[in-house]
Amino acid sequence: MPTDVENWKSEVYGNEIRDHLLEFAEQGWDSIPEDEHDEWFERFKWWGLYHQRNGQESYFMMRIGTPNGVLTPGQTEVVAEVADEYARGPADNPIFGDGYVDWTTRQSIQLHWIKLEDIPEIFDKLESVGLSTQQACGDSWRNIVGCPVAGKDKHEHVDALPVAMELNEEYKGNEDHSNLPRKWKVSVTGCREGCGQGDINDLALEPATKEIDGDEVKGFNIRVGGGLSRNEPRLARDIDVFVTPEQAPEVSGAISALFRDNGDRENRYNARIKFLMDEWGPEKFRNVLQEEYVDYELETAGEDLRSEYSYNSGYANGGHSDHVGIHEQPDGNYYVGLDVLVGRMGVDDTKELARVADEYGSGEVRVTQRQNVIITDVPEEKLDALKSEDLLEHYSPDPHPFMRGSVACTGTEFCSLSIVETKNRQVRYARWLKENVELPEGVEDFHIHLSGCTASCAQPQIADVSLRGMKTRKDGEPVEALDIGLGGGLGENPNFADWVAQRIPVDEVPGAIENLLANFEDEREGDETFREFVERTDEEALADLVEPEETSYEDPMMHNTKMTWYPYADDDSMDASPAPTDGEGNSLQADD
Amino acid sequence: MAVALRILDDGAWISVNDHREVSVSELWRFVDPTFCACTLPDMVVENFIEVGVDGRTVEVRVYGQCIACGEKSTTEWLPVGRIVDGEFRDIDRESVLAPTGVTEHQE
Repeated sequence: MPTDVENWKSEVYGNEIRDHLLEFAEQGWDSIPEDEHDEWFERFKWWGLYHQRNGQESYFMMRIGTPNGVLTPGQTEVVAEVADEYARGPADNPIFGDGYVDWTTRQSIQLHWIKLEDIPEIFDKLESVGLSTQQACGDSWRNIVGCPVAGKDKHEHVDALPVAMELNEEYKGNEDHSNLPRKWKVSVTGCREGCGQGDINDLALEPATKEIDGDEVKGFNIRVGGGLSRNEPRLARDIDVFVTPEQAPEVSGAISALFRDNGDRENRYNARIKFLMDEWGPEKFRNVLQEEYVDYELETAGEDLRSEYSYNSGYANGGHSDHVGIHEQPDGNYYVGLDVLVGRMGVDDTKELARVADEYGSGEVRVTQRQNVIITDVPEEKLDALKSEDLLEHYSPDPHPFMRGSVACTGTEFCSLSIVETKNRQVRYARWLKENVELPEGVEDFHIHLSGCTASCAQPQIADVSLRGMKTRKDGEPVEALDIGLGGGLGENPNFADWVAQRIPVDEVPGAIENLLANFEDEREGDETFREFVERTDEEALADLVEPEETSYEDPMMHNTKMTWYPYADDDSMDASPAPTDGEGNSLQADD
Repeated sequence: MAVALRILDDGAWISVNDHREVSVSELWRFVDPTFCACTLPDMVVENFIEVGVDGRTVEVRVYGQCIACGEKSTTEWLPVGRIVDGEFRDIDRESVLAPTGVTEHQE
């Protein structure tokens, strides 16, 4: 039997949701029939709007899709203006203040505290510069990710940006692909470093070379069925198909159609294509694709570049582990990657980013899957002046490794799924570690990813230290806790972290990392990386290296932050919530 | 009176008549020797699997982990609230939850 969500989708879904959304916005929050909240909030996701969690009713997270993470000149300024004017809530965040922009692990943008009534104006402003929230959430093609410096990387195999853009153009708003069984995450990469992270996407196009009719043709190998969520992480499987850049849109659409027709619509837990791949295996998958969805004979896979992959790998093989720093482009200009701690940037800083990108570069800004931003097209003679800008003091191209390595999801601040507070906590962790812990000599990359739950939006399984939200009791009282995993990473032979320590109270995690690093330094052989060290150490021994303990670190959010209406409010109890509010932010509770 | 019961957002919460009523991250205690070896499992709720109603009692099956022993499993039906005059009323989920059996499957 189809789920409620499938039934709602069969009634109204895709582009047509917009008219309803704008009508509700025009008439105000109360115009959404109370007995239709669930169905409309499910549908609004397709237009990038996610109803915030319990206690924050009537406020939405808005996700803006930026294909391949590219913000063209002028777009960053509009994002900052929209955040400034519309993304301000009823309470401040103690670290980030009131009004901020989140750069996400899928190279998108998230704003919070968006009111329904403001959506038409926001859409107008975004669309005036070519930005859109279409399909940023919901069961369809999500924001397409890829190497954020595609076309500006001196060493790339093929410039995949035109392919990513063509896929975006073809499959955003495409009625044949707008109602899939579940979300559809696509990665297109042409670089040698693997920074599209194809292994953890539903559909991955990865750089390859194939000899066809005696010619060496550059294009992509295809993998299908990767993903990290729900305690069921999968690496995308090689389906033995090579496509040229010209064939990529057709074959990608064919695979999306295969998913549309064969994915499980009766059980949303089993709906992602990774489960279909579990059932079929790559050989059957390829056969069905060839026989039922593609009109020409598919090429077998070409020679790939996976042995060169370095991004998020935990190995020191000479390639980039991220995009932070100053790097020359093929045209002689430079791109400057800035570290944004946990991906969150205040509105004033975002305005500054737009100004600086315009003054020193082309005005373009690109977003990476490590929640950082890149200013592109900076002439060499402007680099010194750019480096002296105040903005780069806070968002450094040469940050401390603990700052550089931090990634965190949204957490209980706004998200229904999360079990613990995340972004502010990871900021506190990174600052404490920077002040108190020495990294072993020569260790410049050390990735700590904090995810609030098993949905894994912070991609915890592919970090050196993986942190995942949990609960425990301490002195008999329930407290927020984290599972600790070690040794995850991508690269030629990707591996998910082993969860070696469970339910560590959050105030003991910095001490655990401090002790872990001290133990690593003691037992390290030569200049091996942390991942290499973990790989040669058995799991039981690893667990012994994690020695949680209280330190000078103090955590102000030990309690159940999910039970607050907003964890940082002076009065954080659910009863103190002003939500729902009207278009002016006035509480509607008296009318309820 | 018909009551709409749903699990939404990847099993993150239970909706009763289009209101969010029960969410992941709570700690529940209940007696169930099949869940883990603990006399009284102390479980963090990670995902709602099924929701149903037994008379006026709203019950769920959830995936979770006992924070005392670490066992991860799915529970039998556990009560989380009652429907009174068409409205959901929380039961005290910080006390020991007592399974009542039954349950008409709704999701």
